[in-house]
Amino acid sequence: MFKLTPARACALAACAVAPVAGAQTGYISGNEFNPAISLILDGRYTEYNDAMELPGFQAGPEAELPEKGFSLGHSELTLSANVDDRFYGSASLALHEHEGATEVELEEAYLETLGLGGGASVRFGRFLSWIGYLNQQHEHSWSFYDAPLVYQAMFGKTLYDDGLQLRWLAPTDLYLELGAELTRGDAFPGGENDGNEGKALFVKLGGDLGRNQSWQLGASAYRTAFHERSGESHAHGHGEEEEHHAELVMEDGEVDILGVDAVWKWAPTGNARQQQLVLQAEYLQRDESANAVFSEEDNSIVSAYDGEHDGYYVQALYRFHPRWRTGVRYGSVEADNRFRVLESNGIDLEEFLEETELGSNEPIERRSVMLEYNHSEFSRLRLQYNHRDWGENRDDLWVLQYNMSLGSHGAHGF
Amino acid sequence: MRTLFLLLLTTLLPALAHGQVQVFACEPEWGALTNALAGDRAEVFVATTANQDPHHIEARPSLIAKMRRADLVVCTGAELEVGWLPLLIRRSGNPNVQTDQPGYFEAAMSVPRLNIPETLDRSHGDVHSAGNPHVHLDPHRLLSIARALAERLQQVDPPHQAHYQQRLDDFAQHWQRRIQHWEQQAQALSGLKVVVHHQDWLYLNHWLGLNQVATIEPRPGIPPSAADQKRLLRTLTDQPPDAILIAGYQNPQAARWLAERLQVPLVTLPYTVGGDSHSNGLSELFQRTLHLLLQTRKVAP
Repeated sequence: MFKLTPARACALAACAVAPVAGAQTGYISGNEFNPAISLILDGRYTEYNDAMELPGFQAGPEAELPEKGFSLGHSELTLSANVDDRFYGSASLALHEHEGATEVELEEAYLETLGLGGGASVRFGRFLSWIGYLNQQHEHSWSFYDAPLVYQAMFGKTLYDDGLQLRWLAPTDLYLELGAELTRGDAFPGGENDGNEGKALFVKLGGDLGRNQSWQLGASAYRTAFHERSGESHAHGHGEEEEHHAELVMEDGEVDILGVDAVWKWAPTGNARQQQLVLQAEYLQRDESANAVFSEEDNSIVSAYDGEHDGYYVQALYRFHPRWRTGVRYGSVEADNRFRVLESNGIDLEEFLEETELGSNEPIERRSVMLEYNHSEFSRLRLQYNHRDWGENRDDLWVLQYNMSLGSHGAHGF
Repeated sequence: MRTLFLLLLTTLLPALAHGQVQVFACEPEWGALTNALAGDRAEVFVATTANQDPHHIEARPSLIAKMRRADLVVCTGAELEVGWLPLLIRRSGNPNVQTDQPGYFEAAMSVPRLNIPETLDRSHGDVHSAGNPHVHLDPHRLLSIARALAERLQQVDPPHQAHYQQRLDDFAQHWQRRIQHWEQQAQALSGLKVVVHHQDWLYLNHWLGLNQVATIEPRPGIPPSAADQKRLLRTLTDQPPDAILIAGYQNPQAARWLAERLQVPLVTLPYTVGGDSHSNGLSELFQRTLHLLLQTRKVAP
């Protein structure tokens, strides 16, 4: 005989047209509409030798070296919710250590329209730019502990800025999305400007190949202009401990970036949870010109600067067990900078190029390997090894990282 | 130039070519149910197959593109698709399927759910605050969902209300007869002791009166380690279950290992429509599930 479970009792009685389940008790409370809160805890143990900067490139704001030994990485707090039936809002705070103090960085704080219709969406506020493939992803969802070399060279790490984004999704079975962004344009590689010099365009295409494979291709362009862009000076790097102060400022510059990206994913029967292979590659190219002003104590040199930079990475990730994933990545960047001296005051071109390392045109290459253990979808332990070649120089880096997600954890994009 | 434009229009905008309701069904069972209730009034796209774990689907470009044109989204809900569905809906910019619209339908939320947790703590695994979402394997609940879904179809496509009512009535009549038939067949299954991989079978167990003695996952959504498996084997050795149940999308290794050592049958149930070659419709899904379970009764000593 059957047991009379509540479900059966219900089925036998006249409640076939089901009431909405679980009538809530109706207390009045102020916190029922709390936004979804997600906290990422990230920490590392890092070992490396020698310097890690990028000769040939003016360094971006986050180009400093990782701490040796134990350190906290990128703790990230994200709050998000629907504002009302028309808007969705999300804010991400990143906390990290800088010279002994904890710095808070507001990475994203944006609003987005919900169901605007016609395939259109508008995002405004501060957001990660959708140029490239990796740029719109938060750091905790990267497949390696660090950004690819080419992202470090072009954007400092990633490009986010204040402004407006318009997107249009085509009404086709093939995924086709077009987008444009208008932003302040002062985030690296931009700088102080008269306002809203940042302009981006992107197109993304994607689809499935049968049940096992999916793909996405993208192309993007970014342009900005600036009056002044200062970066970290390289003068304290490489070897000798020079205490004197040196500064490199780029003035009245223009930056143009073009990029293409491709991703292909394969999972048997489309069940990525059990097994998945991901191949991913991006190429970025940057043309920029400015007046390079270098000063060291009372001496200075001004030169017309013209830089052509490009770089790429290719990576493969393989999940061979629901808990284990491994990956390899190869990346390379190369700079070709030209300078024409306009004004020289106690420093000649040779000394300037030596101090800033902007004269270097040798490619920098980096090979990375990582192994990840995910106890659940919310916790991750990662071991990564980087090997870098630049001319005669060899650098090695080991990182053991934890990356854990607390609280509600929103969906990740493709 | 004009022909080129027309060609472009017909290839780009197939949705406009006919007046069917475009349905985005998250799982095959809801695709099948929508087809049963809407017939040729709906064009149904099913986002996942029986071989995919519906908890872990990537918000792929192709799914975003499909969501863009949907008039009605039919999903399990109760947080089953929390890792991908909200993103698809947001990215689609589609006003019809936003969660406050008639075009957004969560099947599990229209029936009472079991195992609503009293505390929400991730150390208990990937638990759902709205209760166990795998409601479709109870045919009584499925019928309730069919009624709610038919109502929704009428809201989304008002000119054809009579059509949906007729089809619902037919479906309900047919389904009630099937339930009677199945319940007669299934009497032999009452009290069958089963070990399951994940809490996918809760509603099936309740319906058939199966006795679920253990889950292979130590906690919902956490894959078992070798130590977990050994511990489970120890506790089950004295009182082995009658069968071990898994779904096609689950990794069978742990279940197979356990079945071999306990010398009990391992039964891969279809779980949803399309789960095996005998389960191509809702009715066939239940028929096949019962058939496989009844077989274990016959071979059991």
